[in-house]
Amino acid sequence: MREIYLSGYNNFVLPFVIGMLFCLTWCIIGAARIILQLPGKDRKRFFLSLVNPKTMSKNIRDWFCDCLFHVKLWKRNKLLGYMHSSIAFGWFMLIVIGHIEVFLYTPERVHQIWYPIFFRYFVAVTDTTMKGSFFFFLMDFFLLIVLSGIVLAIIKRAHSRLFGMRRTTQPSLPDLIGLYSLWSIFPLRLLAEGFTADISGGSFLTKSLNMVLHSFLSDYMNMLPTWWAYSIALGIFMCVLPFSRYMHIPAEILLIPLRNAGISISSARRGMASIQVYSCPSCGVCIDACPMGAVKANTKDSTVYLNRQLKRNNKARIDEISEKCLLCGKCTAVCPVGVEGDKIRIAQRAAKKYNLTPDYSNIGTDAVNFQYNKKVIQKNNNVSSSDNKKVLYFAGCMTALTPVIMKSMVSLLEKAGAEYDVMDRDGGICCGRPMMMAGRIGPARQMIEKNTRIIKESGAGILLLSCPICYRIFKENYKLEGIEILHHTQYIERMINEGRLDIDRSDSRLVYHDPCELGRGCGVYQSPRNVVSRAGVLVEASKNGKESICCGGSIGSISLGFDKRRPLTENALASLTADSPDIIVTACPLCRSTFSRYADRPVNDIAEIVDKATSADKR
Amino acid sequence: MMENIFGFSISPSSAINMDKVDRALFEELCRVEPDAVRCMACGSCSATCPAAAFSGMSIRKVLLCLQRGKEKEAFRMMSNCMLCGKCTMVCPRGINTRRLVLSISRIYGKEDTK
Repeated sequence: MREIYLSGYNNFVLPFVIGMLFCLTWCIIGAARIILQLPGKDRKRFFLSLVNPKTMSKNIRDWFCDCLFHVKLWKRNKLLGYMHSSIAFGWFMLIVIGHIEVFLYTPERVHQIWYPIFFRYFVAVTDTTMKGSFFFFLMDFFLLIVLSGIVLAIIKRAHSRLFGMRRTTQPSLPDLIGLYSLWSIFPLRLLAEGFTADISGGSFLTKSLNMVLHSFLSDYMNMLPTWWAYSIALGIFMCVLPFSRYMHIPAEILLIPLRNAGISISSARRGMASIQVYSCPSCGVCIDACPMGAVKANTKDSTVYLNRQLKRNNKARIDEISEKCLLCGKCTAVCPVGVEGDKIRIAQRAAKKYNLTPDYSNIGTDAVNFQYNKKVIQKNNNVSSSDNKKVLYFAGCMTALTPVIMKSMVSLLEKAGAEYDVMDRDGGICCGRPMMMAGRIGPARQMIEKNTRIIKESGAGILLLSCPICYRIFKENYKLEGIEILHHTQYIERMINEGRLDIDRSDSRLVYHDPCELGRGCGVYQSPRNVVSRAGVLVEASKNGKESICCGGSIGSISLGFDKRRPLTENALASLTADSPDIIVTACPLCRSTFSRYADRPVNDIAEIVDKATSADKR
Repeated sequence: MMENIFGFSISPSSAINMDKVDRALFEELCRVEPDAVRCMACGSCSATCPAAAFSGMSIRKVLLCLQRGKEKEAFRMMSNCMLCGKCTMVCPRGINTRRLVLSISRIYGKEDTK
């Protein structure tokens, strides 16, 4: 390789250099601000995680898998995955190989940031070494991959369904500018390198182009304008990047180590919340996922639009969107970059000011008349069991509205011969999760304290819950050392496995609905399915597990009115009844009452099903 | 007021003079929450409320108290609301009681009216 120009500079590099410097400065200042905004404890944790080889190797793996290969999108849809990873990984490789070329052939130019980008303009090929043609081939190969991604991106704009997306995000103006400049960068690059293919060398793509369009490409009058156009496209893209969705490219690089350091959102607009908002690529996967999308008017309330409004600081819309959400967590579960839509919303709610704050200091922990229902049933000696622990059953507020669950659960406990107490037979203190979801952390903490005292004083070894809403907060926010926290699906599974319940399998087809807080919230998917398949024939809903659709009754939403929820429930029911089950089984009292309002077939809790299927007295 | 004479005291009058009640805040509440006047006082919320055991909380009564200017009484009841949402679930009028409670907490209770 031989240099053609002594200076190694031409005016056309200016747009790129300006854009690149602007973008770099912006990102470095932004990253520093976000790290400074973190609470001191979190910042320390972040820096420590950077020297920890275990988290660092996880960071590197995530950088490759998420930022470059878009593994999560591949899992969603192959075409969507290919489109994103071809552009990201292809471009990354073009940059890397471009730098390798500069290092190998013109090491004295390394400090000129434009040199690797416009390398082909400045050099001429001297002898076609194997090494040279190898790099030429790689460069053309990755350029082809990027171009194929761009073609797919253009098709996706018109036919998003091919890519598994029903609705896509409406791009904002900066997004559109970024989009069109990104689309034009690579064809322009191909054209520009086509000019120099006979001077600086090229491979199957650039060289063939040079031969095919010989009359145009051999006219050097056309050469500089093309290189200018290429540089301008790059410059525009870089300049618009901080204000468009392409900000996710640099932001995600910072988000991954922050997330792996275990830092959670602690403030509405600063630190972790801010980096998550900027990491949102506006891909729109959350739009189809949102259960509120059953009504088209709600499309604009999905997480991608919340992030956009947060960037714009549009207070009225931020409030509206964050209060409307059901907090089912599906957008978080499907998000390819890990934006926690539900937690961002709770943080927005927590930032609201209230003049009246609840105060529970008047509630004495023994004044709560949870009657100890001292029933100690003779134990069967040949049952190996975890039964020497006393069970404290906390039914929860929602179970109090569906007493049949409590009745079935108590009956099961009796049948299994467990030693148990019911903590809130005549009403108790709420677990605090609804208050937490409304963003009022202080009052929620007070309730947590009260309940913790009651539970610890009871001397129980197992805390049994039949409401996933309670289960989640007990798992996440309570500190109950030595007490096992179990949802009733897990406890029933254990009782069946230990042989303490004699269950008869029936032929009825049962579909299991994953409640949001139990499935996505706590990751309990398998236990309820094991139990249901012991009681009957388990069929699956069209959307299940992580993608289960919220019943629409969630107390996560503050502003969604009763009448607005019906289409949501009906949409969820349609998914559940896809395989024509006889009975809809769920494990959440709230889902149960919401579904039974509109369902055309019986809706039962898992405890009811098991209670019906077990014979009255085994012992 | 005379207090504790021979072990007896006089309860404060519970008569309400609507001329003296400042309805400005209640009207603001009704503007934000049109549901506030849709309550038909069936008492379902009172029957299910877990806070009722502690502070006699009842959305029905809170609305009545606010309407009649007995704000202190309303705040006392509301202080134990746990926002659990049972009242929303049972309300036959479909009133979004949780948002109602939050709106009351926002509109009322500014320093001068406390």
